[in-house]
Amino acid sequence: MTEILNAGVFVTIGVGAMLLYFYGTNWILETALADQVSPDGTVTKSYTNLKRRIRPWLFIAPALIFLGVYLLYPAAATFYFSFFNADSSEFIGLENYEWAVGNDGFRQAVLNNVLWIIVVPFSSTALGLLIAVLADRVRWESLAKALIFMPMAISMVSASIIWNFVYDINPPGTTQIGILNATIEAVGLEPVSWLSESPINNFMLMIILIWIQTGFAMVILSSAVKAVPEETIEASRIDGANDVEIFFRIMIPQIYSTIAVVMTTILITTLKVYDIVAVMTTGQFDTEVLANFMFRWMFRGTGDDGKAAVIAVTIMIATIPFLYWNVRRFYREEQLR
Amino acid sequence: MSTATNVRQNVGSASATQRMNFGKSFGWFAVRGALLFFIILWTVPVIGLLVSSVRDKDQLLASGWWSALTTTTQTATNGTATAEAQVEVADEWVIEGNIFPEGRSGTVNLIGFSALRAPDIPVGSEPVETRDGFLMVMQENGDYRMTSPEPFPEDMRAQQVTFTADFPPRFTFDNYEEVIDAAGIGDAFINTMIVAVPATIIPIALAAFASYAFAWMKFPGRLLLLITVVGLLVVPLQLSLLPILKLYNSFDLRGTFPGMWLAHTGFGLPLAIFLLYNYMSQLPRDIIESAQIDGASHFEIFVRLILPLSVPALAAFTILQFLWVWNDFLVATVFLGTTSGEQVLTMNINQLNGSRGEEWHIMTSAAFVSMIVPLLVFFALQRYFVRGLTAGSVKGG
Repeated sequence: MTEILNAGVFVTIGVGAMLLYFYGTNWILETALADQVSPDGTVTKSYTNLKRRIRPWLFIAPALIFLGVYLLYPAAATFYFSFFNADSSEFIGLENYEWAVGNDGFRQAVLNNVLWIIVVPFSSTALGLLIAVLADRVRWESLAKALIFMPMAISMVSASIIWNFVYDINPPGTTQIGILNATIEAVGLEPVSWLSESPINNFMLMIILIWIQTGFAMVILSSAVKAVPEETIEASRIDGANDVEIFFRIMIPQIYSTIAVVMTTILITTLKVYDIVAVMTTGQFDTEVLANFMFRWMFRGTGDDGKAAVIAVTIMIATIPFLYWNVRRFYREEQLR
Repeated sequence: MSTATNVRQNVGSASATQRMNFGKSFGWFAVRGALLFFIILWTVPVIGLLVSSVRDKDQLLASGWWSALTTTTQTATNGTATAEAQVEVADEWVIEGNIFPEGRSGTVNLIGFSALRAPDIPVGSEPVETRDGFLMVMQENGDYRMTSPEPFPEDMRAQQVTFTADFPPRFTFDNYEEVIDAAGIGDAFINTMIVAVPATIIPIALAAFASYAFAWMKFPGRLLLLITVVGLLVVPLQLSLLPILKLYNSFDLRGTFPGMWLAHTGFGLPLAIFLLYNYMSQLPRDIIESAQIDGASHFEIFVRLILPLSVPALAAFTILQFLWVWNDFLVATVFLGTTSGEQVLTMNINQLNGSRGEEWHIMTSAAFVSMIVPLLVFFALQRYFVRGLTAGSVKGG
């Protein structure tokens, strides 16, 4: 109870401080740089221009400070740490990078990450598109979409528990309470330990992220599908195209750019996947991924900041093409504005 | 066209008009059947969790949740009453009672008196000998009658009876009571709330001012800063963890709620600025210009005009950020630390999964408690949530 009270007090102080800053700096600006008016009412000196130049900085300063402290400085510092030893006290050049290249765990993590980014974005997008097209044809579309989209709202940790229960295994001969193994047994097969048998366990983990991301892909692709002009579809139908041809030859090309956006967005999420692996297997049984590998190096024993930094840099390098693509896309739009 | 503008134009017009004849040859049933198949596939895992969380904890382990409505046959052990309960009835000393634990009932099939052997004595009218040599008659409904020619000794032990019985389905909120109190989920829920509310309010306020400046003020470096923000949308969180952790250790911010609020503010700002900028920059220029002609300063225009007009975008980001913080696991694990008593839900659930992962009555109800708020927010404010998510699609988790 006292914690809630403390939090309430802090929030009030925090919000108060923010309002004080914005209103306070505005008041100072208006008072200190007020127009000088002579007794007869004419403005002798106006600071309107100076105020116009100062004000934007007052507006963006707090945000810039946060971006600098929490994102820009750490990005640079992580690169810097990657050339240092475990407690960042000694410069060791490229030693950490050499360690990474030769380390089996690191290679395993990279390999798995590659597998994840091949499987998850494609599967989610394909399923999302299929469901979007199907849902477009029924009257209960919004209900269907809400149910598919729901996993997007819950945490990956909860999702992992949900699927852990689906994958649960009891010894053969006893009752299976995991629905997957119960189904497997019902058709006469032996139950499978889905999370400890490599390589199938990797795919079992990917299913969770696909389950979450399909709804996201569906929602965006659904509006893209609806935006495809009716005329083009009608025209090709008159020309004798069947539905499958219309789908692949007419619709897909028209929503291609949306598909690309959806896929890259999911790809970036996939690249950083941490929660699912940390909760389900903690990276054991050959399921390690970079984000979890980094976490382990941060906290294993006393931690090794140099090695953790190298792993973080690796994730960053993998996102650079998308960063470039993203910035370029935004820049072009800005030019049009 | 950016996804942001794309969505804004399309979300509203997403009516289920069947303007395409596409798919007619698949047939009416095929489309619905396929869609239904996906919906079942998507919802069954959640239904399983929900059903299991309200089942009796022993039944949960004895049969799959899909058979929750059928009777389960389980083997249980319970003790009889002791000498205090004895009464003298016609030369005999008698102890009577019911072998089912408090609040439970069922049909007893077999009984036994060894914990090591499966029960194998059929229930009937024939008296059988207990471990300490008393005679017992067990009824199907669990009523037993234990007799002795001598008074039962004062120091007698409760006679342990192992029995196989058919239990009717039982649903209960006991599991929830257990996780909320004993497993610490109740405290974690409050902690999550304490983290999530300020971590939503602070970034939105800072971003609103910054976005307005980016959208409607001219200053050197505007485009460069804006592009930096867009670039930061994609930069993985992992890059920030190590240096911020070092900073937090030296400023004693690790393991504190203010540390979490500030971190989530920093990590949430690029998306906040991006979303609000996209929205504000598309507000009609005329409104702002005519207000300027009337002598309003940028500060007044922002507070009186732009903020009220931007409510849809503010709402979208609020929901997005709140859910993001509520569901966050990585930032909490790194900056709160696993040993502190200030755990949030995701950390607590992960820890339970490690220590009591096979106790499904704990795991299912704990996971559901953590899902309640996101699910309520989702079903109540779905439109805003979808809008925020799609507009910020470049951020990606």
